[in-house]
Amino acid sequence: MSLFARIKGVLRRDRLDRDLDEELRSHLEMRAQDNISAGMNAGEARYDAQRRFGNTTLLKEDTRAADIISWLDTAARDLRYAIRMLRRSPGFTAVAVLTLALGVGANTALFSVVNGVLLNPLPYPHPEQLVTLSESKPNFDTGSISYPNFRDWQKDNHTFTSIAIARGYSYSLTGLGEAEQVRARFISSDFFTLLGVNPVAGRTFSQGEDEIGAAPIAMISAGLWKRKFGSSPDAVGKSLTLDGRGYTIVGVFPANFELFLRNSRAADVYVPIGQWNNPLLRERGAGLGVHGVGRLKPGVTIEQARADMDQISRNLAAAFPVTDKGISAHLIPFRDDMVGNVQPILLVLLGAVGLVLLIACVNVANLLLARSTGRTREFAIRGAMGAGRGRLIRQLLTESILLALSGGGLGLLLAQWATRAVLGVLPAELPRAAEIRLDVHVLMFTAAVSLLAGILFGLVPAFKTSHLRLHETLKESGRGSSGARHRAQGVFVVLEMAMALVLLIGAGLLIRSLAAVWSVAPGFRPDNVLTFSISLPPSMVNASPAAIRAAVRDLDDKFASTPGVQAVSLSWAALPLSGDDDEQLFWLDGQPKPSNENDMNWTLDYIVEPDYLRTMGIPLHRGRFFTPQDNEHAPLVVVVDDVFARKYFGNQDPLGKRIILNATGRKAEVVGIVGHVNQWGLDSDNTQSLRAQMYIPCMQMPDAFVAMVPSGMGVVVRSDGTAPELLNAIRRTSQQMSVDQVISGVQTMNEVISDSLAARRFSMILFGVFAALALLLSSIGIYGVISYLVGQRTHEIGIRMALGAARSDVLRLVLGHGLRMTFLGVVIGLAAALGLTRLMANMLYGVSPTDPLTFAGVALILALVALTACYIPARRAMRVDPIVALRYE
Amino acid sequence: MAKPQNNDVLQGTLALLVLKTLARGSMHGYGITRHIQLVSKDILRVEEGSLYPALHRMEQEGWISAEWGITENNRRARYYQLTANGRKQLAEEEKNWARLAQAVAHVLQLV
Repeated sequence: MSLFARIKGVLRRDRLDRDLDEELRSHLEMRAQDNISAGMNAGEARYDAQRRFGNTTLLKEDTRAADIISWLDTAARDLRYAIRMLRRSPGFTAVAVLTLALGVGANTALFSVVNGVLLNPLPYPHPEQLVTLSESKPNFDTGSISYPNFRDWQKDNHTFTSIAIARGYSYSLTGLGEAEQVRARFISSDFFTLLGVNPVAGRTFSQGEDEIGAAPIAMISAGLWKRKFGSSPDAVGKSLTLDGRGYTIVGVFPANFELFLRNSRAADVYVPIGQWNNPLLRERGAGLGVHGVGRLKPGVTIEQARADMDQISRNLAAAFPVTDKGISAHLIPFRDDMVGNVQPILLVLLGAVGLVLLIACVNVANLLLARSTGRTREFAIRGAMGAGRGRLIRQLLTESILLALSGGGLGLLLAQWATRAVLGVLPAELPRAAEIRLDVHVLMFTAAVSLLAGILFGLVPAFKTSHLRLHETLKESGRGSSGARHRAQGVFVVLEMAMALVLLIGAGLLIRSLAAVWSVAPGFRPDNVLTFSISLPPSMVNASPAAIRAAVRDLDDKFASTPGVQAVSLSWAALPLSGDDDEQLFWLDGQPKPSNENDMNWTLDYIVEPDYLRTMGIPLHRGRFFTPQDNEHAPLVVVVDDVFARKYFGNQDPLGKRIILNATGRKAEVVGIVGHVNQWGLDSDNTQSLRAQMYIPCMQMPDAFVAMVPSGMGVVVRSDGTAPELLNAIRRTSQQMSVDQVISGVQTMNEVISDSLAARRFSMILFGVFAALALLLSSIGIYGVISYLVGQRTHEIGIRMALGAARSDVLRLVLGHGLRMTFLGVVIGLAAALGLTRLMANMLYGVSPTDPLTFAGVALILALVALTACYIPARRAMRVDPIVALRYE
Repeated sequence: MAKPQNNDVLQGTLALLVLKTLARGSMHGYGITRHIQLVSKDILRVEEGSLYPALHRMEQEGWISAEWGITENNRRARYYQLTANGRKQLAEEEKNWARLAQAVAHVLQLV
């Protein structure tokens, strides 16, 4: 019947009832009339008419059966029946619902992460037009864009609506309550308009305001606006003192605005890039951590834009060979740049958590199968009373969907809690973490997953059960003919074991990877080392280089004499594993100066003080490290690491050799060789092309550099471990010097390392949790099936024992069964894992995706757990009393 | 009263009989039973318990339509009549029946 007719049926149910009543009445009357004409008396006539009809209610039921109303009626009846059945066996219901809740909960939690990070569109209009821009250089695919190059890109391109650049910075904010360090970002004027972000008050920067030498203006975040100005509209036009200089506030940008552009973090203040007092800004060859974003013109593809930018790069290389030879623009779709790194990890995790759900489903299907055996007689009787096969399947499906939805509801609660937990272990650099929440999509996902799960695990038992031969079942008192069901349960358990093994192996490989990464020596001793940044009082910003040097020395002395401090050093430029890096170009003394910068040598540079080596615990291999005498008046000296020494001096002795630094053109003598430190990441340092390291004494840096020091410098401190309150002591020391001197970004070096492994830990923890869930569920599964079999075979076991079987024989019988399933599951699981772990090769470190030790160890663990799960029911079987068992029937 | 012989309408032929009956013109449910009984010389008897569900189903299928009318005795009754679809269905069922009857006849002759 068409759906339309059914719906019509609903709408006219009342009328239908009335029509039917009246029609039947008229029929009865006509029949009675005829009967009277045929000679019956009135009573007889009516009785005969009625009798022919039989049960009028049943007739009406039958007549209406085709209507959707009755369909709904049946559904409601099924539902009531299902609720009654589930309430009658609370233990079964609880286990099933909990199992499903775990599966659905884990899936929902992870899906909400995937949804927030990968699926939701970026919160900008036409996000597909956005691309990130970088300079591709010999050592960096996505290197910094120089300001002059940016201006030429902006001027010469034909494929972008506009392009903009940004660079993170940190300012001392004074004059508004207590002095504080605020995160800032230098941007070009088009930045906000390009993204399509409108200010909530005031305006954005306009053309020309981002040029070097323009008037100082700033935009502030809605958060800072609220905190410092009570969100008053008057704030626009007021002055903001940053590093001692007044910036006129022109606008406020929205609170939730956050843009991830390569290492940059959410900022409270935006300032036109021309305001940056860095003298290198005008240098075409400078790498200052500036990255770009562009919006393609409508209809322009990224390939067209790449071709366009390649042409521009070629022109620039021809015009400025010294700086631009070998440099080209690098374009990546914005979304890929943002989530490209995490996408494969999240997808692997999603696959893993999907397996957990599958295991949960299989488990519940098994429970249902086991239970349906107990209900065989119930179904046989219902069948005998005329219920069709479809009717029985429908009843069973109603029960399983009810279970699934209950599990899903509970799972949603679990997910809400789990999502918070997941957010807790999220790597800080996970993009778009703020957008992760339970939204409509997540709810729909959960509902769909639950329904699907319900149908999935309900279907097999439903078909099996409805496939009964009625009289046989009734004859056999509901005990026999369940061989097919045993087989299905066995298959389920084997599958479950296999899936759990795959997950366990995945988790094992990740754990071993993390352990391998942790055991990588970082090249320094991170224990008891604290790192933070400090900015001098704004009054120092325009002070003379000599005064700044004096202030830095004073700071050094004061910190060094703070109780509990063993050693202290300033640290500029690069800091190991922190994500901050800096490079210098140089060539060897005695060689001609390379004609362009890209033919020069690159090295990481660390601008530090004499105690740096002692503070960080880096070993000195040869020569000496810096002394206080390596100051602004002494000849320039540098210390290099073994990688540098090997790479540039080979077998020669580097000590006493000289190099020429491109930035200043000055000659420096190599006075010492130290150990290599792990700059890029414990797991990735070896694979980087730029690994040579060079140390320069802070005090020997040129005046132009020293002038930038007051606005912020890094400090590393080694404590003797006896002063738990070291940080407070340091803060006090700093406050005593000046209240406008701000300390921020405090981290122990161990935290720095641990943060650098956050992504790895994130996937390991989640994978581990999923694998543990899988192990738990599958051992419950095998336990359930074995218990069930023991229960079913009590009679048989009794007979065996009566015939003389020993207890150990019974134990062997039952354990043997479990062992066979486990063995099959392990074999299939190992084979599947061999194929699947390859997918996670990128997440592994120091361990092969088919690591035999992990495979064997995990398989052994699984087998042991499974056997333990079998042993409990096996013991019960062993204690079967033959007399009781035989009498039991 | 004597137990009636087992001469209920053969399963599956009810629709054919009803459609054929209605091909003569519109009629109410009771009229249909009477007509079939009459024409079959009391051999075929339509059970009310099967007739009304069948009528309802056929109406849903769109083979027949129904409306309230008045009988000769001024009684309200629901009158059924064939639709175009019903006419097609009737032709179909008649063909099927002929084939079936022929098949049965063949079998009977052979054995």
